[in-house]
Amino acid sequence: MSSTVVEPIPRGTLASRVGSTLWDWLPAAVVFVAGIALWEGLVRGLDIQNFLLPPPSDISQTVWTERDVLWSAAWFTFQEALGGWIIGCAAAILVALVLARWRILGTALMPYLIAANAIPIIAFAPITNNWFGTLNQSSKMVIAAILCFFPVVINALRGLTSVRPQQIELMRSYAAGEVEIFRRVRIPNALPFIFTGLKVATVLAMIGAIVGDYFGGSQDALGIQIRRQAGVFAFTEAWAAIVIASILGILFYGAVAAVERLTMGRHPSARGAE
Amino acid sequence: MNEGSNVVEMSKVSKEFGQGQVRALEDIDLEIRPGEFISLIGPSGCGKSTLLRIVGDLIQPSGGEIVVNGKSAHQARLDRDYGIVFQDAVLFDWRTVEKNIGLPLELMRWDRRKRSERVQELVNLVELQGFEKHHPWQLSGGMQQRVSIARALSFSPPLLLMDEPFGALDEMTRERLNLELLRIWEQSGSTVIFVTHSISEAVFLSTRVVVMSARPGRIVGVVHVNLPQPRTVETREDPFFADLIREVRQLLRKGGGFEAEEPEDEEQFIVAEENL
Repeated sequence: MSSTVVEPIPRGTLASRVGSTLWDWLPAAVVFVAGIALWEGLVRGLDIQNFLLPPPSDISQTVWTERDVLWSAAWFTFQEALGGWIIGCAAAILVALVLARWRILGTALMPYLIAANAIPIIAFAPITNNWFGTLNQSSKMVIAAILCFFPVVINALRGLTSVRPQQIELMRSYAAGEVEIFRRVRIPNALPFIFTGLKVATVLAMIGAIVGDYFGGSQDALGIQIRRQAGVFAFTEAWAAIVIASILGILFYGAVAAVERLTMGRHPSARGAE
Repeated sequence: MNEGSNVVEMSKVSKEFGQGQVRALEDIDLEIRPGEFISLIGPSGCGKSTLLRIVGDLIQPSGGEIVVNGKSAHQARLDRDYGIVFQDAVLFDWRTVEKNIGLPLELMRWDRRKRSERVQELVNLVELQGFEKHHPWQLSGGMQQRVSIARALSFSPPLLLMDEPFGALDEMTRERLNLELLRIWEQSGSTVIFVTHSISEAVFLSTRVVVMSARPGRIVGVVHVNLPQPRTVETREDPFFADLIREVRQLLRKGGGFEAEEPEDEEQFIVAEENL
């Protein structure tokens, strides 16, 4: 019998997944530079008051001169975000595993999880401050954790249960038990979904920590810095703190995305679940 | 006939879906001897895939008795007495070709060295040398199905269950894989139960063709295929080949196989049961 020789299908998107070339980044970089230039030009040209919108040059200068205060505040708040993210995501994955294993529980609880996902959880920040102590970092971690929990649990559960029935039949034909089916089918199948949830959760964790600070927190926290500076009309300083918060948020998201790429660089569904 | 030596024995096997609303199978009596190549053929929705899954203990029959390898179908599944191949290759995208083939061996806790030796044998058997490290989405449909066949054979099960394995492939790939399957069958000496929609495929491959009626599926007749072994490209030109095709067609007609098709909701019931 003659063997079919079929070349692997060229994957055009492989380069953009594994690491883009300079050319792929160029358009985005041009937009960034143009955006900053436009901002600077408008503020200067139209003589916009500093308290309305400071020019980027002032903001970046303040970021530099205030760097010690800003970075220590940012680190303090990032600990709150990271702690909450770890607690919330770990709890969500465990709950998703339980709900996927005992499907009747999942069916019973899923509507409430989806409904809870629609609650503006950040509104509870003053209450968690009251429960865990305003100055305590754990009160912000709790808010961040709850914010992270719902998208991760919903995504993970979807990934764990959206397995093709024949994949399960195949595993049963090998006399595989539930543990093996989870380990070799459901969990690998859920990974792209879980990573999508984890990435969304980084953003939510940062929001939870900073907005949690707004409702009262330690003088070391970034959210408190932003609120206080804005309160004394030091808007350039407030903007500088926001810039730092944004950089941290992007780094946090990027770190999780990098882990995702390392884990599943060759997983074709890595793109599907984006 | 020595009863104990049969690979599969079914008596009065029946299956109903949805509290008796759909009678999928009725009164199935079938004995399969070691080394046979049995095709199940019938119109859509006649329950042939269901029958295959009953043999594999993936679906429970509503009535009747079934013995696989001298034990209950359940015990046979736990003892890994059969390998199964679906119409869809059902490969795992995150595993390479060799890891897909070796999956059953991993589950059976073979040590790494023994496993990779066996996987290499199978790669040679299905002629996928050079593609060991490829992922399923880098392969053509025919190659994916060969991976799936190699996986089913990896632990040398005495019984091979195949559910329209070549149904989604083009005619030429299908004929090539037919020949390849026969070669593998001769080498492995296992018993094959093969579900198909294609009359010529059934006659070409089998030692016996079991013809089933439209729902509720019953056995209308069994055609013994006495064409010389091994089968080759010339087999299809044998005058007896045409006679046998005619015989199968007549049985299909008798079973209502050429009447208007009913909607194919068998799959839906299978999926619905799975989710219970």
